[in-house]
Amino acid sequence: MSLSTQDVEKVARLARLAMTPAEIETARAQLSGIFGLIEEMQAVDTKGIAPMSHAQDVAQRLREDKVTETNQREAFQAIAPQVEGGLYLVPQVIE
Amino acid sequence: MIESSLSQMGAALRAKKISSVELTQLYLDRIAQLNPELNAYITTRPEASLAQARAADARIAAGTAEALTGIPFGQKDIFCAKDWLTTCGSKMLHNFVSPYDAHVISQFNNAGAVNLGKTNMDEFAMGSSNETSHYGIVKNPWDKARVPGGSSGGTASAIAARLCAAATGTDTGGSIRQPAALCGISGLKPTYGVVSRYGMIAFASSLDQAGPMGRNAEDLALMLNTMAGFDERDSTSLQRDKEDYARDLNKPLNGLRIGIPKEFFAEGLGNDVAKAVEAAIAEYKKLGAVIVDISLPNTRLSIPVYYVLAPAEASSNLSRFDGVRYGYRAPEYTDLADMYEKSRAQGFGAEVQRRIMIGTYVLSHGYYDAYYLQAQKIRRLIAQDFVEAYKHCDVIMGPTSPSTAFKLGEKGDDPVQMYLSDIYTIAVNLAGLPGMSIPCGFGDNDMPVGLQIIGNYFDEARMLNVAHQYQLATDWHSRVPGL
Repeated sequence: MSLSTQDVEKVARLARLAMTPAEIETARAQLSGIFGLIEEMQAVDTKGIAPMSHAQDVAQRLREDKVTETNQREAFQAIAPQVEGGLYLVPQVIE
Repeated sequence: MIESSLSQMGAALRAKKISSVELTQLYLDRIAQLNPELNAYITTRPEASLAQARAADARIAAGTAEALTGIPFGQKDIFCAKDWLTTCGSKMLHNFVSPYDAHVISQFNNAGAVNLGKTNMDEFAMGSSNETSHYGIVKNPWDKARVPGGSSGGTASAIAARLCAAATGTDTGGSIRQPAALCGISGLKPTYGVVSRYGMIAFASSLDQAGPMGRNAEDLALMLNTMAGFDERDSTSLQRDKEDYARDLNKPLNGLRIGIPKEFFAEGLGNDVAKAVEAAIAEYKKLGAVIVDISLPNTRLSIPVYYVLAPAEASSNLSRFDGVRYGYRAPEYTDLADMYEKSRAQGFGAEVQRRIMIGTYVLSHGYYDAYYLQAQKIRRLIAQDFVEAYKHCDVIMGPTSPSTAFKLGEKGDDPVQMYLSDIYTIAVNLAGLPGMSIPCGFGDNDMPVGLQIIGNYFDEARMLNVAHQYQLATDWHSRVPGL
């Protein structure tokens, strides 16, 4: 399978990865090779087969809707790129 | 002392023949001497390790020591450990000093074990050669021009070079078993859900499983006793009764039915690997086992299925790395979207970006049914192959990897070639089964060969028994590389 430059640009944008035109071209060639490998799957007849998401088909456990974590704001913010007054700083989003 | 088993080490510590401080210092000295070349560890903190050793000695003196108290272990750098730099092999986490402990780390700490350091790995566990680590390549102690395998390559190299008593690994598509095979050590990936994933940095959550790596099966059993168990903080952790994984080590193998899948001995398997694995199977016959020919017809499809499911889950898991709350943030950006895009492009390496892109593509609008859903359906077919096979056998055996350790740089530019080398290990993760690798000889260039033992669900104790009996009859596991 061959991906177009536009396909790869779109995926890079969705994945929030900044890429130069040269990087897009390299990625296009490599991803086309990998999707060539993946295409083999399409010929398999899977009619009537239930998709398997987990090895053990166990139900999701539920817990009480109760706060169990302790407040560790200072420890967590000590390793943040930029904080001020207990808040995480990011570039302005709303004018 | 460094060639002793974990149970011998524990006994020597409790008999006060050696202190944990002395034993820890012995390993720290070896790390200082050999790690600059092997690069098996990303981070060591000798003072923190020695403080844990002193606490262990106090516990031994107080008579409250457990099996692993005072023994020094390496920890794969995928496990968050409080106050330790935890990088997951990525520039993205170059400054991430974890504020908390992973469940696995807590279990070792509670047992009084010593953390010697964080072992090197492929970035976010994505790789089969440890060449994708941001912190440099790791060398195979058997031949320093060759890869140790991956992604738990630092752990495997450290154990082979005796830079720890044993260490932890994680396995999403073979990342415990393949490096164990390539470095001539033993490693076990338990049944999915047996060891908690809490605090283990996520790659592909429905496949990721932590496990022990060491010099022999008996050591793995002791480690698994400490690592396994229900943890409510992992939503897929299984509620099961506590078991002693060493309970069956000494059972004879008379009548054991070993299934040999013909697909594991087809085109693509190196002659040297085939020869060593066949010799191991012959040894098992001598030990009383019966050979059963089986078929796992969908083995071939496990690679395309894995390279849809694992990147899809990874693209979702790795969306949390955005340069806001922790980790790398690009130095310059124009707005929020630009900050995300630049931080991620600069913080992630090429292989991680490649897999995020595959995953984003297969999950994007219009492609979900054709890729993700189809892969999940074939995943069930692959799992059913094993269910069918276990009607006729007790364990399945074959090679762990199609070749012995390849040269550094040999497959670096060709992701497809690298992916194909996971052919014998991936199906086990997709089915959620336990799998292990033990050394079974040497191939071309005198590089170690691994025998893979695949068990039925929750059959770890039997697999360890099967491995231990072989290790009583052979000495491949006690060979040491000349360093």
